[in-house]
Amino acid sequence: MSDQTTRRGVLKGGAALGATALATPTFFSGAHAGGHSGFTNAPGPESVTLGFNVPQSGPYADEGADELRAYELAVEHLNGGGDGGMLPTFSSQALDGTGILGRKVEYVTGDTQTKSDAARASARAMIEKDGAIMITGGSSSGVAVAVQALCQDAGVIFMAGLTHSNDTTGKDKRANGFRHFFNSYMSGAALAPVLEANYGKDRNAYHLTADYNWGYTTEEAVRTSTEAMGWNTVNTVLTPLAETDFSAYIAPVLNSDADVLVLNHYGGNMVNSLTNAVQFGLRDRIVNGKNFEIVVPLYSRLMAKGAGANVKGIFGSTNWHWSLQDEGSKAFVRSFGTKYGFPPSQAAHTCYVQTLLYADAVQRAGSFNPCAVVEALEGFEFDGLGNGPTLYRAEDHQCFKDVLVVKGKENPTSEFDLLEIVEITPVSQVTYAPDHPQFAGGALGTCNPGA
Amino acid sequence: MLNNIRNNDTVLMSLIVVMVLAAPLLLAPLGAGYPDLMQRFAIFGIFAVGFNILFGLTGYLSFGHAAFLGVGSYSAVWMFKLLSMNIIPAIILAVIISGLFALIIGYVSLRRSGIYFSILTLAFAQMSFNLAYSVLTPITAGETGLQLALDDPRILDAPYEAGQLPTPGLFGLYMNDTWTVNFIGMELQFNVGYYVCGLLLIALFYVALRIFRSPFGMMLRAIKTNQTRLNYTGVNTRPYTLAAFVISGMYAGLAGGLMASMDPLAGAERMQWTASGEVVLMVILGGAGTLLGPVLGAGVIKYFENIFSRMNDQVVESWFLWMPEGLTEFMVAIVHPFVGKGWHLSLGLIFMAVVIFLPGGLIEGANRIIGWIGRRFGSKKTDKSGEAPAPAE
Amino acid sequence: MEAVLLQFMNGLDKGSAYALIALGLTLIFGTLGVVNFAHGALFMIGAFCAIVLNRIFSFSFETIDPTRTDFLGNPMKVSTPYVEKWFGTFGTSLIEYSVLWSIIFAIPVMIAVGIAMERGLIKYFYKRPHADQILVTFGLAIVLQEIIKQIFGANPIPNPAPSSFVGSVDVGVWLGMAEFTVVYPMWRLVYFVFALIVVGGVFAFLRYTTFGMVVRAGMADRETVGLLGIDIDKRFTAMFGLAAVITGVAGVMYTPILSPNYHMGMDFLVLCFVVVVVGGMGSLAGAVAAGFLLGIMQSFAAMSEVKDFLLGFSIDQVIIYLVAVVILLTRPRGLMGRKGMMEE
Repeated sequence: MSDQTTRRGVLKGGAALGATALATPTFFSGAHAGGHSGFTNAPGPESVTLGFNVPQSGPYADEGADELRAYELAVEHLNGGGDGGMLPTFSSQALDGTGILGRKVEYVTGDTQTKSDAARASARAMIEKDGAIMITGGSSSGVAVAVQALCQDAGVIFMAGLTHSNDTTGKDKRANGFRHFFNSYMSGAALAPVLEANYGKDRNAYHLTADYNWGYTTEEAVRTSTEAMGWNTVNTVLTPLAETDFSAYIAPVLNSDADVLVLNHYGGNMVNSLTNAVQFGLRDRIVNGKNFEIVVPLYSRLMAKGAGANVKGIFGSTNWHWSLQDEGSKAFVRSFGTKYGFPPSQAAHTCYVQTLLYADAVQRAGSFNPCAVVEALEGFEFDGLGNGPTLYRAEDHQCFKDVLVVKGKENPTSEFDLLEIVEITPVSQVTYAPDHPQFAGGALGTCNPGA
Repeated sequence: MLNNIRNNDTVLMSLIVVMVLAAPLLLAPLGAGYPDLMQRFAIFGIFAVGFNILFGLTGYLSFGHAAFLGVGSYSAVWMFKLLSMNIIPAIILAVIISGLFALIIGYVSLRRSGIYFSILTLAFAQMSFNLAYSVLTPITAGETGLQLALDDPRILDAPYEAGQLPTPGLFGLYMNDTWTVNFIGMELQFNVGYYVCGLLLIALFYVALRIFRSPFGMMLRAIKTNQTRLNYTGVNTRPYTLAAFVISGMYAGLAGGLMASMDPLAGAERMQWTASGEVVLMVILGGAGTLLGPVLGAGVIKYFENIFSRMNDQVVESWFLWMPEGLTEFMVAIVHPFVGKGWHLSLGLIFMAVVIFLPGGLIEGANRIIGWIGRRFGSKKTDKSGEAPAPAE
Repeated sequence: MEAVLLQFMNGLDKGSAYALIALGLTLIFGTLGVVNFAHGALFMIGAFCAIVLNRIFSFSFETIDPTRTDFLGNPMKVSTPYVEKWFGTFGTSLIEYSVLWSIIFAIPVMIAVGIAMERGLIKYFYKRPHADQILVTFGLAIVLQEIIKQIFGANPIPNPAPSSFVGSVDVGVWLGMAEFTVVYPMWRLVYFVFALIVVGGVFAFLRYTTFGMVVRAGMADRETVGLLGIDIDKRFTAMFGLAAVITGVAGVMYTPILSPNYHMGMDFLVLCFVVVVVGGMGSLAGAVAAGFLLGIMQSFAAMSEVKDFLLGFSIDQVIIYLVAVVILLTRPRGLMGRKGMMEE
């Protein structure tokens, strides 16, 4: 816990009214030896606490549960238990199964409820009450952005879980926050060539977009990259978040001359809009002499299950899939599958990897100080964690790696076998400049070590 | 009689003062003595006390009060962005804007009564939420929530350390400043932000108490008992209900402004109907129409949300480790569904249990305990000390 | 024109769901006067009846297929439903048509749930203040949905319509229009027809049976009916069961349109309260009318043309509430509300 007053505010506000004397602490508690090490929640010599902040209630509760499984697995591996998972395949071999910097890894959990307020409350409890040195998790961009900002202010590291909006490492990026997951821009850039190869250059696309931040950035990304290859965007329609029946939005598609429907929806929205679209017979239609097609830019295997057979043959992108055959992925799937009896989701994968990356950065930096961790992660190149060679870019704290373009499988062999990998888009194709217009605005600022 | 009530009020006020000031000490053993949760207790206490002025006194059940809290939060964050990180202008603007908002919505909604009034307020709040989440994204930042940025103007403030966002403060005191004291093995956290919220709670509790005891409060109670009769006697009740509505809206706005001051981010979800429903539940759970009840209700609900949700299997296991191995597993399996991701289940059961066994809310439970102690020790005085006599619901 | 017709049908379809749920709620809320926040949970339980029956039919035994491997490289387990083993193609068709069988399954389940709720809990709250009713039913709703969550998880579970009802119908041709102008999904038409039958059935039941007459009398003046020596309590229990059945079967039939999840009840809860109040307290016809009205308004608000006309304002975000406000401000007791009902 913060053993003395938060000094940062005092330093910063030195100019303000000269009340510094008032805010100087008059007593210290001697509870933690690390209390004077100059950053928030410096861990003691025995153990270090990580905060796993995942949705445990609300629509993404199952995704959150899968993230939590991955975190527990990561902690087990970091502490030297289990089969080590991806530790042996990880290109950096700094971690040796004795915890982080010799300290046993412990963790606390919390419920984000997929609401930014609840997520911040939960994260603050972890920081203020449990002394967590790093917060990670989440299953939506709203929560990721909110918790990332909190961690910046509090002076701890935030390793984002599943968050796909451009803004997380775009206009809302923070120096203390890092994202391994891919983003809207990458989805668009990876999907466009595959769509061109399969559906041709001359297509009329109709977009249905969830009416909130993530929807906007995804629509923009997909529209820009498909228009660049010659597609025409017929219409873009925003749909309310709480909508459960999309019939009123699907029906007008029938009367337009669109021959592709892009569903910029995630989770429950995606399940319902896709189900509705298939019900309206869109996939049996022939428009302008071409088969009508549907595209789902961001797939979630867990959620796709809710759409049942409707996903068959539909293109989308994901960050990772358990059927990948590289050594890292195989090791992770084996480790996770043996422990829990089913393959991990992409959310579980990114959370596992983020935990390892944080632990490795601390180990390499030789310090838990957030600024040292930031330095160790910035520009870090690694491999063996399931996505091929990857770079944590210093300018925006976004990982650059291959992106998977997937398709709903026609003949699934099991309930997990819903998606098949169509193409692994190389990282060069999804890389963009840090000042790309879709990521404009905002600034990283400088790292904040807190106390 | 009059003297007696005054006496009870003094007891009540001292009770709340002691509770608020000693909260870090009282809550630490419950695992709730950290700044964020204590701030939330105080803020939602204010919200619930304000809501009770409307619902407890007039019986008008608003299902849209979260909208005022949200509006207050947005106003406060905009103040931080544009003017200064000092919380005073932010909170003042939050109260003014939410008051105006409440005036408009109240004026329209109070044309109807009963359930029709409830649905009107609900409709206005849901419209505000939906718009804030999507259409008004330029003003509210939609899904991600409105937050501070490095390039905000903040015209009144001196420049800050480069690359770092400033913290809300009050003339040199920062809301996240915390002194930690070690006290018989517990770490007590004395947080500036919490005491700002706590002192405001005491002040606003006192205001509510004065309203309850004033002729105006009497009039509001009369409206609840029999509005038709009042109308027949030539009293126009609308100005009174509207005043109560606006006052409780301003309480909500102040709570929203405080929330933004403790944690400078305003998310649209705090305007959703579930948030409006939450304050209704807080008041009923604690005891509608009583003074202390809403504060208790707010505390219980926030405690469940923040503490029960964090008890994962690891934590549960550590409670029962002293038992033989098989028994530990058995106990964990029994407790497991009620904590951690199952915290909603416990909350639902508490709601049902309270309303079934304590028809007047938690405050009734407190009264019964005090009454029992009173009878047990034969002292007549303690019998009345807990809660000022409140009209039965 | 086709677009307008299509949206009108969408509106009727949405409206049938609203109308059915609201009809159930108005029996409890509008006539018994109980503010039942657990009503959404009844809808959710109905939907999960369909899932449960599907699970029962698909209850499987596992055989190991050594020729294939699962994701870990172990021999794959293949599961075959028992009903297929026992009944062959009839078994397969049982699974296929499980949604329809679910209606038969859901009726006794929902009656039991409804009666248990009324006898076990609600009965004691008729005379309690609305505030207490809100708290207890909200608590019940949370408990019910958490139980479902612990059994079925939080993700939506697909429950497809029988294959002979999949696909769409060319409604345009029936109306003498050109082919492929107005094509509508078959299951949604089924849902609409189903809703009409249920609504008609309930109205006929309350109108033409002695039971219905007593209940209607009880709604109007409970005490007098009691004084006449009629055991109104028993009939109110039955009515609660009826309301649960209506809401439950509405949920069963809705599963192919909306894959059910544990919080779908809460998603619909606010909406059905709005529908009932806009329809007017104590009026069954009002609730049904309001359901269809709001459904149709919502569908039209979704059209791009409407948004363009309003200079790009996303009216679909607020339409339901906007209509509610306008109606409640112009008509003091909703569309057809009775005087003095829940107005104090």
